[in-house]
Amino acid sequence: MSRMEQNPNKELLLDKKWLNEWNRQKKPRPPLSKNIISAFLGGGAVCLLGQFILNLFISQGMPKELAGNPTITTIIFIAAMLTGLGVFDKMARIVGAGLAVPVTGFANSITSMAIEFKREGLVLGTGSKMFALAGSVIVFGVVTAFVVGIISALIH
Amino acid sequence: MGSYFMAFLVGGLICVIGQLLFDLTPLTPGHVLSGFVVAGGILGGFGVYDRLIDFAGAGALLPISSFGNSLVKGAMSEAARHGVMGVLTGMFELTSTGITAAILFGFFMALVFNPKG
Repeated sequence: MSRMEQNPNKELLLDKKWLNEWNRQKKPRPPLSKNIISAFLGGGAVCLLGQFILNLFISQGMPKELAGNPTITTIIFIAAMLTGLGVFDKMARIVGAGLAVPVTGFANSITSMAIEFKREGLVLGTGSKMFALAGSVIVFGVVTAFVVGIISALIH
Repeated sequence: MGSYFMAFLVGGLICVIGQLLFDLTPLTPGHVLSGFVVAGGILGGFGVYDRLIDFAGAGALLPISSFGNSLVKGAMSEAARHGVMGVLTGMFELTSTGITAAILFGFFMALVFNPKG
């Protein structure tokens, strides 16, 4: 979400033209092979840390199927904290999808929006713009789960 | 040690798929991540994603596709018990932790930190 801070026209944030421009600015980056290796190592490292936390909860006597949620919560907390400290953007510039695809990207988009729009107030800024980027993930997830759930309810 | 290796390998590979979509297609990160959630949801509907989690642990649990899988699993398990209404009541049963945590941590970080510039 680093490009957002460099954009002087905050009100254009949700403008499609601006999003396209943001996307174009993303393109001229290091060569593909380097991006792929960075994404692999970065994403792998996030999941390695996650596995360590998961094993920690399991070793504390938590059942395997219940240990997932506290693990995700811990990773979300770390990502939100790193976003607040301004470290996340620097790391994300290097590993790209390695931090965007895991739940760290979800946490970062919510936290960075919450902080960025604080200048428009806690209610109209932070409160209402928090999901400006992460909202689509929830909407399409819910629509998918609704369709799959209805089909499975009809089959059984 | 095996669990760490598989988490690193599978988690890394899922992120490589995302990086390829970022770099080689005109899709924005928002499109790609929504696509991951839809794909995770469909794989969850067939029960495939849970097997991937059994196999790769956090390597499959942490990528955002897992969010789609959890939504579908919550909807399906409630639907099996309560019929069609269960799809609505069970939807966020497994994912509420993640969404609640992201809202709370995001909000508190916004209280503590100020925007740059």
